[in-house]
Amino acid sequence: MDNMFQRSLEDLIKGFRLQLLGESSFISRALEEIRREIKATDLSTKSTALHKLSYLAAIHGVDMSWAAFHAVEVVSSSRFHHKRIGYQAITQSFHDQTSVLLLITNQLRKDLNSVNEYEVSLGLECLSRIGTHDLARDLSPEVFTLLGSSKSFVRKKATGVVLRVFDKYPDAVKVCFKRLVENLETSDPQILSAVVGVFCELASKDPSSCLPLAPEFFKILIESRNNWVLIKVLKIFAKLASVEPRLGKKVAEPICEHMKRTVAKSLVFECVRTVVSSLSDHEAAVKLAVAKIGEFLVEDDPNLKYLGLHALSIAAPKHLWAVLENKEAVVKALSDEDPNVKLEALHLLMAMDSYELCAKSDPLFCNEIIISVLSVCSRNAYEIIVDFNWYVSLLGEMTRIPNCQRGEEIEHQLIDIGMRVGDARPQLVRVSWALLIDPAMLGNLFLHPILSAASWVSGEYVEFAKNPYELVEALVQPRTDLLPPYIRAIYIHSVFKVLVFCLGSYFSAQESSSGSSSTVAFTYESILNLVNVIEIGVWPLSGAYDVEVQERAKNVLGFIGMAKQDIAKKVNLQDNEAEACRVTAFMEDVFSEELGPISANAQEKVFVPDGLELEENLGDLEEICGKFLKPVESDSVPCADKISFSVSNLRIRDQQEASSSSTSLPPKASSSLLAEHRKRHGMYYLTSEKNDPDSNGTPNDYPPANDLASEILLDPLDPKRKAKHRKSRPVVVKLDEGDESRIITSQAKTKQESVTDDESLSRAIQSALLVNKKGKEREAKGIQI
Amino acid sequence: MYFQIHFVLLVSRQGKVRLTKWYSPYTQKERSKVIRELSGVILNRGPKLCNFIEWRGYKVVYKRYASLYFCMCIDEADNELEVLEIIHHYVEILDRYFGSVCELDLIFNFHKAYYILDELLIAGELQESSKKTVARIISAQDQLVEAAKEEASSISNIIAQATK
Repeated sequence: MDNMFQRSLEDLIKGFRLQLLGESSFISRALEEIRREIKATDLSTKSTALHKLSYLAAIHGVDMSWAAFHAVEVVSSSRFHHKRIGYQAITQSFHDQTSVLLLITNQLRKDLNSVNEYEVSLGLECLSRIGTHDLARDLSPEVFTLLGSSKSFVRKKATGVVLRVFDKYPDAVKVCFKRLVENLETSDPQILSAVVGVFCELASKDPSSCLPLAPEFFKILIESRNNWVLIKVLKIFAKLASVEPRLGKKVAEPICEHMKRTVAKSLVFECVRTVVSSLSDHEAAVKLAVAKIGEFLVEDDPNLKYLGLHALSIAAPKHLWAVLENKEAVVKALSDEDPNVKLEALHLLMAMDSYELCAKSDPLFCNEIIISVLSVCSRNAYEIIVDFNWYVSLLGEMTRIPNCQRGEEIEHQLIDIGMRVGDARPQLVRVSWALLIDPAMLGNLFLHPILSAASWVSGEYVEFAKNPYELVEALVQPRTDLLPPYIRAIYIHSVFKVLVFCLGSYFSAQESSSGSSSTVAFTYESILNLVNVIEIGVWPLSGAYDVEVQERAKNVLGFIGMAKQDIAKKVNLQDNEAEACRVTAFMEDVFSEELGPISANAQEKVFVPDGLELEENLGDLEEICGKFLKPVESDSVPCADKISFSVSNLRIRDQQEASSSSTSLPPKASSSLLAEHRKRHGMYYLTSEKNDPDSNGTPNDYPPANDLASEILLDPLDPKRKAKHRKSRPVVVKLDEGDESRIITSQAKTKQESVTDDESLSRAIQSALLVNKKGKEREAKGIQI
Repeated sequence: MYFQIHFVLLVSRQGKVRLTKWYSPYTQKERSKVIRELSGVILNRGPKLCNFIEWRGYKVVYKRYASLYFCMCIDEADNELEVLEIIHHYVEILDRYFGSVCELDLIFNFHKAYYILDELLIAGELQESSKKTVARIISAQDQLVEAAKEEASSISNIIAQATK
């Protein structure tokens, strides 16, 4: 009777759609209703209530586990309608911990034995989804019977269920396996498909057990025209061939046939995948597969492009030629509009040894790859990067690729990452040190910007350096004379930062007898040694031609002069009379402020002070100062270099005599790695015989930097990078606005940017000068009056 | 456990869930979380992009039909094109059953969509690749249901008359 006034599911849905607000209150009212109705004895009422509840649970995420017992009641009804609703509720909401799970065993048994095949199918469905160990054990005899049922519909479903039963209750394998094998010979394609599916899963878990069935599978491979079945059989063979290599030879032929004949792209893809992953030794098959991949890559359909790249990345480790053959397509994919295609192309390149690739192909391709990788990775504040340690080592690796010409972008990214990603700083410092210590890098003009970034990073984040002493040695090494003055200035400043840091930790270590907060502990000898090394290294620069270098050098030397006395007196930070301590503490403070990324709109936000006019045009000034305001051309650098090189050359001889004596001191702080490096690459360090004032130390004298790469950098390209990102991503500082991508893809753009930069710079200077001029005018007027 | 398809999800363009079917164990909370995450990712993708996304170590294959997104989650090792065909297969069956199916049909007959899906996939694997067969099975089951309902209404009619 209640049934007539009960809201059906359709009413519920209509009501839900009509009401405008208060979705959750509607749901809770409906839930109350359901709770009442479901307790009714009348099965129809109960089942309708359950039906409504399943809807709410499936679509609106409402919890329905409390109705488990009622579901069992509904299932026991003899009406198919109710059974169906009940089973659906059960499969949706039951799980291993449901307490009433035991109660349905009997019901399931009854239904599995039913004459009505649809009831059987309901039962099988249910078992497949919620089957537990107990259920599987109790019902495996029924499943076994059904595997031999006369109705193919039932047999097919039973086969599908068998896998779950096997998984939960392995003993069932003994009983059911034979029947399964019998089913392999069936002519009914649906059953065949189901059986092959089961074997596909079994083969992936335990290939050797399915090996004896290989002949049957082979027959299916050759005869079947059903694509679903073929795909599964291919998967089986992929697994079997890895266990039994002789199979590979036999299967290669039919697979090639399929690849050539079929129209279905899914089958082609599966063939290709099988060939490149398990049959990679069979030349003919691989060639055909690569040809198919090539076809995929040039299609318009982004799905096919993605899959082509994916297959290529599987093939790449063993068959580099495949990638080279398709390199235009790969590079094009790097700039595709679909981020997935781009990422896949990126993964492909990362998974390979990029070295080998660049060695075999032309520099233009290399640089194209590099620029694409850099632009993709840096997009949107490094959105796609999760493992920054890997990316930073990658940047270091890129530097060592021969013919790398992307110095500025790498430089920018190194500094940018340093500012934005705090967690990546230790790795950055490591990579930077490796770059700084390498003498061959100094000779390569294109890499100078990277070196300037490396030195800045080392100085700024020196607290993460494992060994500041080595850092300093790298920064003051004689070969840095090859660098242009503005980079030299950065080096000196970084040395200063390191010095301040070391002094700071030395003084604070003196004060507290327990270990200082930094990982590096300085003794009296080591700090003195450090200071000496810096002094010796920087002293020649105090007479440098370049104003900035000279000034900075003198600053450092002055600081050292002051600090030396106090070190000798063995003072500590608490001693207020010690000048060095106070100054050190002050400088530490200055350097401790963290530099963050600056928005491109930052300048606009600065308030223009009164009286400052930015709009006026100072055309006259352009004439006079024009050439100084243009960016420094790279050709002008060597001239200045030549001069400073020859001047300082005279001092170098003195310096290295001094340094040879200083190296005889036992520096405890110098690690074995650096000493070893010195021994091995002694030829790179200037000796008296090799002194040639006229030569500029051309890069040809020294072997390329690549040799040092493997020793210094650990694991730069991890081929397993594609694995799931379980580590949480470090925090990347982003600006709300004004964060712009710096990659310049065309020459035209570069010129434009530099022109606008210049314009704004000159305009600012012009207006500043104009204000002064006006001020003077006013003064003049004032005098007149 | 190795299932081919882990779950099936149907979402409208406004982010409303129309159907969910889980072939792997997920708690209710996990289910809601998954739905929220995936809807966010998929609904934001442009029209011309490829139909596969990598998500949490799995792959999700999705296809948009009119205002509905059909999504299926599979393992890394599976064949995406095959799953795309499965989705298309499902949509064609739905179309045949409802006669030019639209989202409204699925909203009001969501249980029927479930039953059809059950005939199509068992234990996360495709079990029936013939559309005709699926249609036949479903209509047979419908008839059973209709017969049962008639029976019920006739009894209650009798009771109603008897208690007047």
